Amino acid sequence: MFKVFWSVLHRDLLLAMRRRTDVLTTLFFFLIVVSLFPLGVGTETAVLRILGPGVVWVAALLASMLALERLFAADFEDGTLEQLLLTDQPLVLLVLAKITAHWLLTGLPLVLMAPLVGMQYHLTDPAIGIMMAALLLGTPVLSLIGAIGAALTLGLRGGGILLSLLILPLYIPVLVYGAGAVELAAVELTATRPYLMLLAAFLLSSLILAPLASAAALRISIE
Amino acid sequence: MSSAWSKFASPSTFYPLAGRMIPVFWVLAAGSLLVGLYWGFFETPDQLGGSNAQKGYYRIIFLHVGAAWMSMWLYAVMVGWAAVGLVFNTRLSYMMANAIAPTGAIFTFLALWSGSFWGRPSWGTYWDWDPRLTSELILFFLYIGYIALHSAIDDARRADRAAALLAIVGLVMVPVIFWSINCPDPNQCAALHQRSGLGKVDGNILFAMLMTTLGFWMYSFATTLMRVRTIILTREAQTTWAAETIQAEARS
Repeated sequence: MFKVFWSVLHRDLLLAMRRRTDVLTTLFFFLIVVSLFPLGVGTETAVLRILGPGVVWVAALLASMLALERLFAADFEDGTLEQLLLTDQPLVLLVLAKITAHWLLTGLPLVLMAPLVGMQYHLTDPAIGIMMAALLLGTPVLSLIGAIGAALTLGLRGGGILLSLLILPLYIPVLVYGAGAVELAAVELTATRPYLMLLAAFLLSSLILAPLASAAALRISIE
Repeated sequence: MSSAWSKFASPSTFYPLAGRMIPVFWVLAAGSLLVGLYWGFFETPDQLGGSNAQKGYYRIIFLHVGAAWMSMWLYAVMVGWAAVGLVFNTRLSYMMANAIAPTGAIFTFLALWSGSFWGRPSWGTYWDWDPRLTSELILFFLYIGYIALHSAIDDARRADRAAALLAIVGLVMVPVIFWSINCPDPNQCAALHQRSGLGKVDGNILFAMLMTTLGFWMYSFATTLMRVRTIILTREAQTTWAAETIQAEARS
């Protein structure tokens, strides 16, 4: 069973490495959005410190969502997805492997880029640390929930815009606690523990439920 | 499922039944709304509270509360029909879910709109990021998402099932979303808990409020049934009974 997981994961990562621009575009999108805000609202340190956490999280939501379109689309177009659905392997596991690959390509780089962005917004060092931890717990949730939307809008015209309409409201809890933790980290470091616990709870529950829902959505979209 | 249920689960038998029920619900809706509005305008105090009194403008609650309650209730009913559809694979259930969504979205909008008109004289602002307002706004987005997904898919069967799954995912997420909005800081959730209860409301006001809510509920039945009849005819247009019905109604 794990062999299937690994082979799908390996295949998706390999395909992404062969077409590196797709991955890099998402990351640069994140960087550009984050860099635009200081130009729009002014570059005062105090303002940036307040805005920083929220901006970084909203940019992370948008970047993760933009990349979702590609999660199943290419496999759907060349028929690979249909073959995956026909195998006797559990579909939930295959979906989970694809989601993991998506997170490794879009979520994890955001976590690693967080210190860079934190410096742009003059965040303190502990705040940057908390931001990395929060992103590490939160971005997988974005990929997991987003996969349901990606599966539902598979092959539809205007799928990307529609996807944002369906998925963004569901991202709210992650945004609230993710940004909240970073905001608080500058003031009182120990008080951020419940935020991270909640994010971890979201991660665990979506890890169980979201692949099931995505698999069901894929079966609805392809039949 | 019992035989009576499965009998009316067929669109062709439900169509005439819905037709007979619609006038009843219209009468009930008009009756309770008239009573509620009369009571609200003439039998309730002209102002509320002591030092910082709310004047006549508080009467918007007779529309606002009913609309807000119906907006939430209809989402639950919609998800209920969607789930029934996924479990029993009955086409009519999807059609019901489909027919409820626009009414729910309209009530959500009405609650937001009437709320902001109350907020202007009362709070001095049309919009505040109060948890209740924000939750209602998110509910509005959920309705719009459901309607958008359904109308984006051409194949009726896939549209029904995909939108139903989305609605169920939405309902699972709703408590988490509302809770996160209500309590953005987990360190002090208990202090933020909102205290309100129907017990503290003046009897006349409560009566008027419940009557308009009942009116809205009946209105929802009437419009949903009307909409579901249209959906049935559109979807079943290729069958003989639908063609005959359309011809018969065109003649009369």
